[in-house]
Amino acid sequence: MSDITIYAAKKIITMNASRPYATHVAVREGRVLAAGSLDELSSYGPHTLDDRFADKVLMPGFVEGHAHTMEGSLWAKVYCGWFDRTDPDGKTWEGAKSIDAVVARLIEAQEHLTDPDAPLSGWQLDPIYMDNTRVTRADLDRVSTTRPIGILHASGHILNVNTRALELAGMMKTGLNNPGIPLGNDGYPTGELKGPEVMTPVGAHIGFERNMLDADEDGLRNFAKLCVRTGTTTITDLASRMDPDTVDMMLRVTGEKNYPARIVPLRFFLGLAPDELVAEVLRLKGMSTDRLSMGRIKIVADGSIQGFSARLRWPGYHNGAPNGLWYIAPEQLSEIYHRALEAGVQVHTHTNGDQATQLVLEKMAPALQAHPNPDHRFTLQHCQLADAAQFGQAAKLGMCVNLFANHHFYWGDEHYNMTVGPERATRMNACRTALNAGIPMAIHSDAPVTPLGPLFTAWAAVNRITASGRVQGAEECITVDEALWAITMGAAYTLHMEGDIGSIETGKKADFAVLDDDPTTCDPKALKDISVWGTVQGGRVFAAADL
Amino acid sequence: MSTPLPVTLIAGYLGAGKTTVVNHLLRHANGRRLAVLVNEFGALPIDEDLIEAQDDDLISIAGGCICCSFGSDLTGALIELAALDPRPDHVLIEASGVAIPGAIAGAMSLLEGYAPCGVCVLADVTSLPKLIADEYVGDTVERQLSDAGLIVLTKADLDPATANETESWLRTKYLATPMLLVSDGKLAPALLFDAPASIPVQSSGTHADADYDSFVYTPPARIAVKDMAQALRQSALGIIRAKGFVTDADGARALIQMVGKAVDVTYPDTDAQPGIVFIGLKGQLDEAAIRAMLATFEIAAV
Repeated sequence: MSDITIYAAKKIITMNASRPYATHVAVREGRVLAAGSLDELSSYGPHTLDDRFADKVLMPGFVEGHAHTMEGSLWAKVYCGWFDRTDPDGKTWEGAKSIDAVVARLIEAQEHLTDPDAPLSGWQLDPIYMDNTRVTRADLDRVSTTRPIGILHASGHILNVNTRALELAGMMKTGLNNPGIPLGNDGYPTGELKGPEVMTPVGAHIGFERNMLDADEDGLRNFAKLCVRTGTTTITDLASRMDPDTVDMMLRVTGEKNYPARIVPLRFFLGLAPDELVAEVLRLKGMSTDRLSMGRIKIVADGSIQGFSARLRWPGYHNGAPNGLWYIAPEQLSEIYHRALEAGVQVHTHTNGDQATQLVLEKMAPALQAHPNPDHRFTLQHCQLADAAQFGQAAKLGMCVNLFANHHFYWGDEHYNMTVGPERATRMNACRTALNAGIPMAIHSDAPVTPLGPLFTAWAAVNRITASGRVQGAEECITVDEALWAITMGAAYTLHMEGDIGSIETGKKADFAVLDDDPTTCDPKALKDISVWGTVQGGRVFAAADL
Repeated sequence: MSTPLPVTLIAGYLGAGKTTVVNHLLRHANGRRLAVLVNEFGALPIDEDLIEAQDDDLISIAGGCICCSFGSDLTGALIELAALDPRPDHVLIEASGVAIPGAIAGAMSLLEGYAPCGVCVLADVTSLPKLIADEYVGDTVERQLSDAGLIVLTKADLDPATANETESWLRTKYLATPMLLVSDGKLAPALLFDAPASIPVQSSGTHADADYDSFVYTPPARIAVKDMAQALRQSALGIIRAKGFVTDADGARALIQMVGKAVDVTYPDTDAQPGIVFIGLKGQLDEAAIRAMLATFEIAAV
């Protein structure tokens, strides 16, 4: 038996500019030996010809440059979102289109619970699509008055709970005076809790453990199943606290024989002083394996635009809301940049608002001058409101950008009407401008904020269609080829991994997305509908149907 | 229910002197087991000579005090602290430089087992004018000051002229918020912790105003507690600190904690004798007016 396997495909889109298409790919030791014709590949020696993909289109495995493994853990809870969404086991949950539908779904889930006191929790509620109707504890009391119940909003920043949950947290009382706790006419909390400060004390009683940022063991396995279903073979966890137990668990789970994805967790910046942070990340880098790539830092500079906590430049929020929040002081941002550049550690910085982006650019320039590093690839994550000048500066500074293309579909209408107004909403996540500026670019889902699905993300960047069906910012649309590059080589580049993954060519990991149709010839509006058969990861074949 | 654990927030922008104040309080803990929660270890949050031992999660400090880092999960850290055995006597939270104190204070007030005990916002008078004018953090610094129960001005001795100017500006802008000047972080511990009524409060530093007056009010009857708390919040009678117990209209023992303009009422399980200690700057604490005001909330015996 030969150790070379040649896969025949209907078409192979390699993303290798010198040989863009092929019909066959030879794999040995989990790596691509070569792509080409069967004749060509036969010259590499004895082989096994595998034609299971003969009617499939192969692409490099997709690379998701901004997601959170926590998506895998959330599926242990009840899905309450507006949009249809597929779970790790392949079941597509219909969107819940009313509060009654949400309540009905919780009641159904409750029937599977044997312990009458066990908490019940849901996720991804988004009242924006329900005319902003607020869920109350009375709604959730219809599910149960004795069992604590809570639903996390899609934003992750609001929690709705029932009366029992409030009782358990000692908050079922009058006289509370907290902007995060709306009160009803009776003086008692309505059950809506806004902001982590007021959510956390109740969260523990309804199954939202404190350490939500990190996936648990089952969540990490579920997360990988979602990867297979979406053609993703490398995915970031942006960010993880990466305490020793979590790192041990991630090493163990990703090391399991059939773990089908490469996870790239970035260390969250909080909790360590800058010098210790850099030292810790270097230590983690040394513990990396083929399927767990560590050694990068994630900083969060500001909040979110739809939560009005992003930092905006003049003229601020369209509806007049006060400017948002900083999660790091400019001096600290600067210190981490200096130390990380000096040590050769890469930093990804979340900047939603354009003032946050401006701050990063301002701190980056002197840090880079002090510690020249021509290939640092510090990456702006989200960077949703950057204008042409900022993209230009970022390009000059050698930075990369990972734009939140999915946001356009899910919240584009809200941005247009409420948060930033028509002009800035139209140029949000300006992929065209970024590419024109010559800045290396990826696009992302930020799962679980929006569903993981690189082909959907590519669709969003190509079409810029909002949930209401409008094209918002046609001038910022990019081509299908550019979008496919962004979800493969583009994202790999932001992780310094483009030498190993992102294309199908000699020497690279044998990571493939196995598709039922050809994204380069289909109607661009149908990109998101291309079905994914599964993946090949490190030469191992994973069929979505067999998960 | 056990006695709620008092928790005080020390906030303010980077360089305001939070760490210096916290170390001063640790040095003058006087047998109190303080627990300090900091954003992160490193850049030495605790003076080296105070540290007895350090591991990943906890610094042990002379006198039974401890310091923990909370990273991004303050609420979780507070819940863990309250479960410690032996339990700390008082918790100090040293907020991050960009934290909005109101949000943290909101969390403190919700947590079972805790009694909020003041929001002190520190401001370095030498750098404050520049910070307020900064396009990135100016509004954050203003928000911090407006959330303060007590504004503590630091480093005044370094630049008295700027200090005076800054202080006048702040007094116009934050009219209702009591302010203190301290040097070398010497915030008088009695302003945050229990103030023994019989012992004169020590001077806090070098500033001319830094001597305090205090008196004890012993309520002769039950008290309309909520109304009294509200009146104290708006009193502007020179009170910087008050603490003590009263019996409310229903006969329950209520604990009043006042730091600056922030007044919190909690109901610990205690049989402590009624009586409230009031502390203020010498010459500013208007004892007669305060006593007259307090008398209006006394409920005549039925």
